[in-house]
Amino acid sequence: MIAAILSLTVLGAILGIALGIANKFLKVEGNPIVDELVDLMPGSNCGQCGYPGCVGAAEAIVAGTAPATCCPPGGKALVSAIAAKLGLTVDLSALGDDGPKIATVAEELCIGCCRCARVCPTDAILGGPKQIHNVFREACTGCEACIEKCPTEALVMKPVPVTLQHWVMPKPRLA
Amino acid sequence: MTPATLTAQTVASPHAHGGNSVSRTMFRVQLALLPATLYGFWLYGWPAFFLWALTILSCVAFEVLSLKLMGTPRVKATLFDGSAVLTGWLLAMTLPPWAPWWVAVVGGFIAIVIGKQVFGGLGQNVFNPAMVARVALLVSFPLPLTLWVAPLPMSTLPTPDFVSSLRIFLTSLPVPDAMTSATLLGHAKTELARGIDLATALHAGPDLSWIGMRAGSFGESAAILILCGGLYLLITRVITWHAPLAVLAGVAIPAAIAHAVDPGRFLSAEAHLLSGALMLGAFFIATDYVTSPNTTTGQIIFGLGIGLLTWVIRSFGGYPEGVAFAVLLMNAMTPVIDRFCKPRILGRDRKGKPLDIPENA
Amino acid sequence: MGFMNLFKHFLGDDWGVHPDDRKRPAADRPLRVMPVPEKLYLPLQQHLGGPARPVVLVGQQVKKGELIAEAQGMISAPIHAPTSGTIAAVTDITAPHPSGLTLPAIILAADGRDEWIDCQGCADPFALDPVEIGKRVAAAGVVGLGGAAFPSAVKLTGAARSKVKTLVINGGECEPYLSCDDRQMRDRAADIVDGIRIMLHATGAREALVGIEDNKPEAIVAMQAAAAAVPEVHIRPVPARYPMGSEKQLVQVLTGKEVAAESRTFDIGIVVHNVGTALAVRAAIRDGRPLISRVVTVNGNCANDPGNVEVLVGTLAEEVIAFAGGLKGDGIGLARRVMGGPMMGMQIPHWRVPVVKGTSGILAFDAQEVAAQEPDPCIRCGSCVKACPMGLLPLEMSARIRNSAYDEAVGIGLKDCIACGCCAYVCPSKIPLVQYFVHAKGELAAQDRNKLRNDATKKLAQQRQERLDREAREKAEAAAKRKAEREAAAAAKAAAEAAAKQATETEGESA
Repeated sequence: MIAAILSLTVLGAILGIALGIANKFLKVEGNPIVDELVDLMPGSNCGQCGYPGCVGAAEAIVAGTAPATCCPPGGKALVSAIAAKLGLTVDLSALGDDGPKIATVAEELCIGCCRCARVCPTDAILGGPKQIHNVFREACTGCEACIEKCPTEALVMKPVPVTLQHWVMPKPRLA
Repeated sequence: MTPATLTAQTVASPHAHGGNSVSRTMFRVQLALLPATLYGFWLYGWPAFFLWALTILSCVAFEVLSLKLMGTPRVKATLFDGSAVLTGWLLAMTLPPWAPWWVAVVGGFIAIVIGKQVFGGLGQNVFNPAMVARVALLVSFPLPLTLWVAPLPMSTLPTPDFVSSLRIFLTSLPVPDAMTSATLLGHAKTELARGIDLATALHAGPDLSWIGMRAGSFGESAAILILCGGLYLLITRVITWHAPLAVLAGVAIPAAIAHAVDPGRFLSAEAHLLSGALMLGAFFIATDYVTSPNTTTGQIIFGLGIGLLTWVIRSFGGYPEGVAFAVLLMNAMTPVIDRFCKPRILGRDRKGKPLDIPENA
Repeated sequence: MGFMNLFKHFLGDDWGVHPDDRKRPAADRPLRVMPVPEKLYLPLQQHLGGPARPVVLVGQQVKKGELIAEAQGMISAPIHAPTSGTIAAVTDITAPHPSGLTLPAIILAADGRDEWIDCQGCADPFALDPVEIGKRVAAAGVVGLGGAAFPSAVKLTGAARSKVKTLVINGGECEPYLSCDDRQMRDRAADIVDGIRIMLHATGAREALVGIEDNKPEAIVAMQAAAAAVPEVHIRPVPARYPMGSEKQLVQVLTGKEVAAESRTFDIGIVVHNVGTALAVRAAIRDGRPLISRVVTVNGNCANDPGNVEVLVGTLAEEVIAFAGGLKGDGIGLARRVMGGPMMGMQIPHWRVPVVKGTSGILAFDAQEVAAQEPDPCIRCGSCVKACPMGLLPLEMSARIRNSAYDEAVGIGLKDCIACGCCAYVCPSKIPLVQYFVHAKGELAAQDRNKLRNDATKKLAQQRQERLDREAREKAEAAAKRKAEREAAAAAKAAAEAAAKQATETEGESA
């Protein structure tokens, strides 16, 4: 019995030492906080933030070059979690959590100043000077760059309308 | 126009159902077990009844406890689907009829909590919960689990009445030596270990019997009643013939071959088929939905594996009874079997590639 | 046939399910023809493929059979006015669809006269060129009446006529409760056979096999009598098993050939059409009449007087039910409204949706028929595997979809699922398996659309950036050019001034 105890102890000790050595020499470098942020994120690498995948966005947020609100799919929940982790204060009032949104022009308020059309990154806003503007539904990515530019608040973000062609059968609820 | 109750949520087709349900299946299995169980009560007396009742009760109790702890929303519906009762019933069928009360409780705990709920509840367990419990009990408490009693109607000793049965059950009084008896398999193993060949051993040992007038668990008694229960399940399409036949063949074929080669060392196929919980295992354990493969080919492989392993363990292993171990080993193989035994998709070959379109159809 | 079925059952090769067919007494009741309703609602998309485009204006008077919306694209079908009247509106109406969303439709107000336009019929269809037959069938708006509503002309005259050897006519009607095809086979067998002959001529097939399930003995007798004189048309009774009417299964049972995955029956020389479609083709060619009406089965426990009704396309389901005898107790006990059959039909949000070309049944179910229940966990019984006619593993696919692993589900065969509903029908835990599969297919399609959209918007952003860069560059070049001109002009001016100054100095000096 003594032999069994001794041999197992020695084996455990040797393996433990081996693990410690491996941890030192074979370690993968990485900022743990970045990994923690990536864990919070949706992880779909959709690119809506403009960074290379969720890892890219996390690194940018940690470096301070990206706002905590840069991830649309993450919604309010993600922003709160990131803010809590990094000790940031973020204004959540501008965020919505109801799915993808696109900009729409309220035609009665539009004065045709073209300020919004100039900043749209995909040229989704159509309209000339003194003409009522309109947003191409398919080209709008929901980045909200145009909203603050409008002097008459004619631009609002509305949920993407669901049409019969794009409707998806909902997943059955679990019991 | 007044629509009465209408589901607000969108639902997809189909809008009709065949009427099959989990509780109906469980009920049918329990019905199939009933003849053998009642016969077991008659053979072994009141202690057997108490064991059966407490095993089922403790299984249900632990199920309630687990469901409450897990925060399952529909506790009552889940409880009454019949699966906990069936697990307890099957476990009781494999235990020695005069096992003490704590065997029932510990067995119930292991079967339900460790064998089923820890994996995620109904449908998620990898191993058959009743077999997990039996093996755990056997390995942890070998003595009470191998203390077999001869059937009382046959013996000259008076049957214990209700009160003394309760005492036997609750205080685990040592059973008088005169009443203990070895099962056929146990007897054969000990005699072989002593160097006595089978022919002489069997002559002195317990009789082989279709109607179970010998020591054993409930599941061993009355192979014919178990067989009838199994046939009932086959007719009502609760199970298919593939797994049970494969189990029996998996035992019978190697046994017959080995017995023909060396009758002194190996028991005959008939002996194997009629002893131990093999019939029970073939029709009730190997056909358990959750832990057996989905396809018929897979079930045949599964059954053959159980049969073969049972024979090997019985003949060469340290334990006289091998069904429980064989079942657990094959349960571990079920995901692998499922991966390789998939049905062929219509329009594709076995590998999943679309069929070749002939040049001129 | 019976012995083969038994043998296959023993071997475990019995796919599908055998529900109570519940077709009688509705199937035995004579056909009732519904009179023209006051308003007809004609969705622009009643078929697979591109939606039709209206060619009428609000307020326009149209005659019965007049074109009101033209086909758009290769795979599309036109829509014709089912009765004479005025176009009341072109607007959105509730779609006959579980989502309850809307789709554009033409609303026609009937004038009560029911006047036909002049139809160009044909006395001898067999003298017509097959391509011409295809054109007339397309112009008549004929689509598959079995439920899928695929534009039939596409399947009648393909590019490679020589490839089609066999025409399979689907008289299976495997869905429980429905009997519209049964009724038409009993009443109009001769016309159906005539339509089949026209289709044979159009496709160039050598023979036509008409598959009829053996739970319709009267229809089989009627069709056999009608086809007795036509050697190329063979009436073949098939075992009644759901989904026998599914194209792949019917072709396999009738011809023994298996349709390869990701390909069509056309690739093995077979074309499949519904019996109702044969009737519509006949009407289109012989009478020159477009597809404007169809037979619909009204059935279900809540229906007062179940039976088959011939209705104009565009009639509201509410009015069809009222004509067919209404609901018991005015709808008390109604648990679900279904358009189509119980296995693959769609739940509709209310009865004010129109009958479209693909509507085969209007079913009013009570709670007992629907047997809706909260699903239990999967017990891995494998009943779904046994029932699946395509040889898939519904329990595995749904487990993956539940965890949103859609690509893994595709890996084990989601794309081969025909959504027949056999798996959910037999599931003892009442798990809505088909809903998982339809959801997953929808999600994958949405992901594909999103990807296309993202690619397009990225390209737009890139193009915008290039435009801005180009504009900035041009602006800089123009500015540089203007500066150079200004400098050149200033230099020239300075030179001229200097020269003038020089000249005056020189003059002064010389003077």
